[in-house]
Amino acid sequence: MTDRNSSYRLTPEEQQRRRRRSIALGLTLGILCILLFAITIAKLGPQVLNRPL
Amino acid sequence: MNTLSNSLTESHAESLDRTGLSQGDVSDFFALLKPRVMFLVVFTALVGMVVSHPDVNPVLAFVSLLMIAVGGGASGCLNMWWDADIDAVMTRTRKRPIPAGKIQPGEALAFGLSLTAGSVLILGLASNWLAAGLLAFTIFFYVVIYSMWLKRSTPQNIVIGGAAGALPPVVAQAAVTGHVAWDSIVLFAIIFMWTPPHFWALALVKSSDYERAGIPMMPNVAGPDSTRFQILAYTVLLAPLGMVPVAMGFGGLAYAIVSLVGGLGMLALAIQVYRLRQGEPAMRVAQQLFGFSILYLFLLFATLLAEHGFGFFHPVLG
Repeated sequence: MTDRNSSYRLTPEEQQRRRRRSIALGLTLGILCILLFAITIAKLGPQVLNRPL
Repeated sequence: MNTLSNSLTESHAESLDRTGLSQGDVSDFFALLKPRVMFLVVFTALVGMVVSHPDVNPVLAFVSLLMIAVGGGASGCLNMWWDADIDAVMTRTRKRPIPAGKIQPGEALAFGLSLTAGSVLILGLASNWLAAGLLAFTIFFYVVIYSMWLKRSTPQNIVIGGAAGALPPVVAQAAVTGHVAWDSIVLFAIIFMWTPPHFWALALVKSSDYERAGIPMMPNVAGPDSTRFQILAYTVLLAPLGMVPVAMGFGGLAYAIVSLVGGLGMLALAIQVYRLRQGEPAMRVAQQLFGFSILYLFLLFATLLAEHGFGFFHPVLG
């Protein structure tokens, strides 16, 4: 953030919008992680977990 | 961006400059994806998948479908970024997030490019790179060939640009089978041939809107009468084309009935549009054709989905 922001206070509406955007971004990233995990398991097959330790 | 668009976005631009933060809400970003178009993309892509009867992991099929939807959304977002100036002067589009000043053009561009890269990459990982390449081509065709080039330069814009809207079944089939077969090409051809009567019926009703925005739609360039003839010509080709899946064996008895009755309905309305050329009745019948064309395409694809996805298939031939 630059100096232009230091003296500006967000209005309650702006804070609300930022909060909603942050939640949506967080959910999107979470879904992305789940998708990539699901793709990996589906591509490799369940036997990938069955290996000697 | 024209001056009207600039003035509309000025207050939010100032706010963005003060705070360094986006002013858009989640719903505004969602609206950039053109959700209704995205639904059509998902629907036609799903049909492209089920007619292929693929032997594919359902998780991978689901992820592929999701990525085709996101890619469709990315196309819509990049289209809104490029067309913000003309969206601002058309009544149908002036409330979109960019002309309404809720989202800055740069934000939409970054959002659209991120979704494009993400959807193509994940589709490639989940299915194969042929499907990912086709999705990338679809987005490129819609944004660069249609939006940036054809839309403002030729009345054939929606005819050629219609290819982008017709590609989702092809992408979907490539995603679940690894190749492109004739059945998805026929689905492509049906949507491609459906696009001109559908959009030109709307253009007849909204010609003043397109005139104001300076978009060379067929009624504004060739005139309403020539457009009416061309609507009829495309519909004459569309009605039998809609029945080709029956001849190819992947359209069953229900599809044969729906495509026959629907095709005759399209023809009857196209003839009415051609005959009624003056006043309120002419506008009303064009509006009816626009509405019926949506129902027609929906019923064709919904019937294929029911036949192949839910076991309602009864062969007509053989």
